[in-house]
Amino acid sequence: MLKQIDGSYAVGEAVALCRPQVVSCYPITPQTHIVESLGKLVKSGELADCSFMNMESEFGAMSACIGSSAAGSRTYTATSSQGMLFMSEAVYNASGMGLPIVMTVGNRAVGSPINIWNDHSDAMSVRDAGWIQLFVENNQQAIDVHIQAFRLAESLGLPVMVNMDGFILTHAYVRVDMPEQEQVDKFLPVFKPFQKLDPQSPITMGALVGPEAFTEVRMLAHSRMERALELIPAQAEEFANIFGRNAGGLVQKHYDDETGVEAETVLVTMGSVIGTAKEVITEMREMGESVNAVTLRTYRPFPAQALREAVIGAKRVVVLEKSFTPGMGGIVYQDVLAALNGTGIEVQSVIAGLGGRPVTRKSIRTLFAGCDERSNGHGFEVLDLDNTTMDRELAREASVLDRII
Amino acid sequence: MQSQILHFPAKEAMIIGQQTGDRTISNRLADTADSLQGAAERSNALDSGHRACQGCGEALGARHAIDTALDTTDGELVVVNATGCLEVFSTPYPQSAWRTPWIHSLFGNAAAVASGVAQSFRIQGKENVRVIAQGGDGGTTDIGMGCLSGMFERNEDVLYICYNNEAYMNTGVQRSSQTPGAARTATTMPVGEHPGNRFGTGKSVPKIAMAHGIPYVATANIANPRDLEAKVRKAMSIRGARYIEVFVPCPLGWGTASCDTIKVARQALNCGLTPLYEAEYGEITAVNKIAPSETVGAYLKSQRRFAHVFKRGNEHQLEAIQAIADANIRAFDLVESK
Ligand SMILES: Cc1ncc(C[n+]2csc(CCOP(=O)(O)OP(=O)(O)O)c2C)c(N)n1
Ligand code: SF4
Ligand SMILES: [Mg+2]
Repeated sequence: MLKQIDGSYAVGEAVALCRPQVVSCYPITPQTHIVESLGKLVKSGELADCSFMNMESEFGAMSACIGSSAAGSRTYTATSSQGMLFMSEAVYNASGMGLPIVMTVGNRAVGSPINIWNDHSDAMSVRDAGWIQLFVENNQQAIDVHIQAFRLAESLGLPVMVNMDGFILTHAYVRVDMPEQEQVDKFLPVFKPFQKLDPQSPITMGALVGPEAFTEVRMLAHSRMERALELIPAQAEEFANIFGRNAGGLVQKHYDDETGVEAETVLVTMGSVIGTAKEVITEMREMGESVNAVTLRTYRPFPAQALREAVIGAKRVVVLEKSFTPGMGGIVYQDVLAALNGTGIEVQSVIAGLGGRPVTRKSIRTLFAGCDERSNGHGFEVLDLDNTTMDRELAREASVLDRII
Repeated sequence: MQSQILHFPAKEAMIIGQQTGDRTISNRLADTADSLQGAAERSNALDSGHRACQGCGEALGARHAIDTALDTTDGELVVVNATGCLEVFSTPYPQSAWRTPWIHSLFGNAAAVASGVAQSFRIQGKENVRVIAQGGDGGTTDIGMGCLSGMFERNEDVLYICYNNEAYMNTGVQRSSQTPGAARTATTMPVGEHPGNRFGTGKSVPKIAMAHGIPYVATANIANPRDLEAKVRKAMSIRGARYIEVFVPCPLGWGTASCDTIKVARQALNCGLTPLYEAEYGEITAVNKIAPSETVGAYLKSQRRFAHVFKRGNEHQLEAIQAIADANIRAFDLVESK
């Protein structure tokens, strides 16, 4: 059914179509409207047989998810930014125990300085937590990928995080096609946990594991991730057959090149920025420039093989990302670099959109025209950096720090 | 994820021929069993073979409590455990001493995990399955306080049992909010002007639980296992959030003989330092009277963690602890009037 609807409410409705049995919540912008909408659906009875838990913290919210999922209920929560960090100990715990929880992340910067706007720092802070991390490009995908996320989590025994850009998607009113309940029920079977807390056949969950088995447990977690690399495209295909839409999958190549004539430059991004990037790239291609774009729709497990296949033949890959690690540079860049090692493709790193700075068509044009050369010295470039402020503040810092040395 | 351990349901794991010899604790002087622990047909929630120190009060308390809960629920019980000695000594992979479905998640989240378990069963229509969360004093009264308070305030259908041994034992005996004044721990050493732990304001989590107005709160002491059993039974007869705090000596952390755990616990009880009471909806409903047959001095003397209290110049420490016992005796009217 076509609807003009806020991204958060769209996700709330999509999650409700998946019939979660326990939803735990804790408010944090820009994710809050998602759980608010679910709370309303539970209260009104539209989402039946669901417990909606108002928790005392994000740590409590994820912990309640752990209990609920371990006891065999389909479980959902959502968070952003500081909330992700506050729950992070439980985030690691959920994946370690193989609990198929689905969590939406309304991606937001992490402070200090406190900042409520979009970038991917929160997702990156738990990159190594053992969760499947999916990124969506628009609100239709947000709906579609949530439905796939429950199926994926439950068929693997791993938690799944669906990342959608805060404000840019969560707060955007756009027209979406809301799936019918029958379609969702056809795609997503009733939850049958592999193992659960059950007095009829007791198990011990979360035992202490020492050096003699810990490495093996970690490798088994990795093997589930490898399975995910096969399951994700297979389920995306099945989804497309039922719903008639391309959503999910590992990577998306956005333009068909003639075989044998691959684009020289490929822009690699995650999340919603591809919307703006495509406007520029479409123009450039019309002008005869040899450019293509690939989005990473799955970030963990990292789809190295699928990415290689998508960019092979290119001379240069530019990774444009909304995450940054001080002292090193781009985070996604490092993964891409490792994946393309040995292919001879040059990989460049561009940082943009931190803390909600808009990534405009103009900034993306600059990117292709060659960024400010001053930033090249870092091994990465920064889009739209205010050099006047940087010069002033660096000089001030130098005057203080140099004195200390 | 692959570290899950499968075992037999508790009900299939009946004690055969009393092989764990339980008449020693509960029924030392009785010819016939007058408590669950002395009964041949009791289940064995926490099986033998776990790795607790000899004389561990926490192991004893947990077995009495969970066996009782198993009995009251006819085996329909799930246990959520916080990180701590009890968790570590009972579930070193690939072994588990538990005969119930049991989950350990983190140090500070047992109350929230248990809330999730309870909601999960409620929504599945399995309200017959009951949920217990348990942890040490650190996991409960310090790092787990936020989750615990949330669980109380939402009145989740969970019984939370805190085994209070007055320090972080699992990490090597550090001070917790429950560590008494003067006590030596690894982070409150008996040196300087005020040896051992400082005398703070104290922190009574049973009273904090009462302030939430939850249906049932009780304190217990492993020296009186029948009373503990009765309180767990009572708690399991009630729905909603419930809290029991059990006083459990730790021979290793307190510097007491393994064989003296019950004796030390009884000394604490009978000198007035661990008042036993029950409260419903925020109001005290019952207090266990004591015959003050033990002195605070005798209680402290049996523990190395208080050795410095008896050195010249530290008399004020003994007095301060005596004052706490006296205050308890007054506040709870502990002593039977003749
Ligand atoms: C977040 C976190 N901080 C610290 C620890 C280390 N730790 C594990 S058990 C423990 C002490 C447990 O003390 P308590 O809860 O009193 O239980 P006890 O061992 O005394 O029975 C500590 C500090 C941890 N596991 N997790
Ligand atoms: S250190 Fe104390 S609490 Fe831990 S197992 Fe030993 S006696 Fe029990
Ligand atoms: Mg302790």
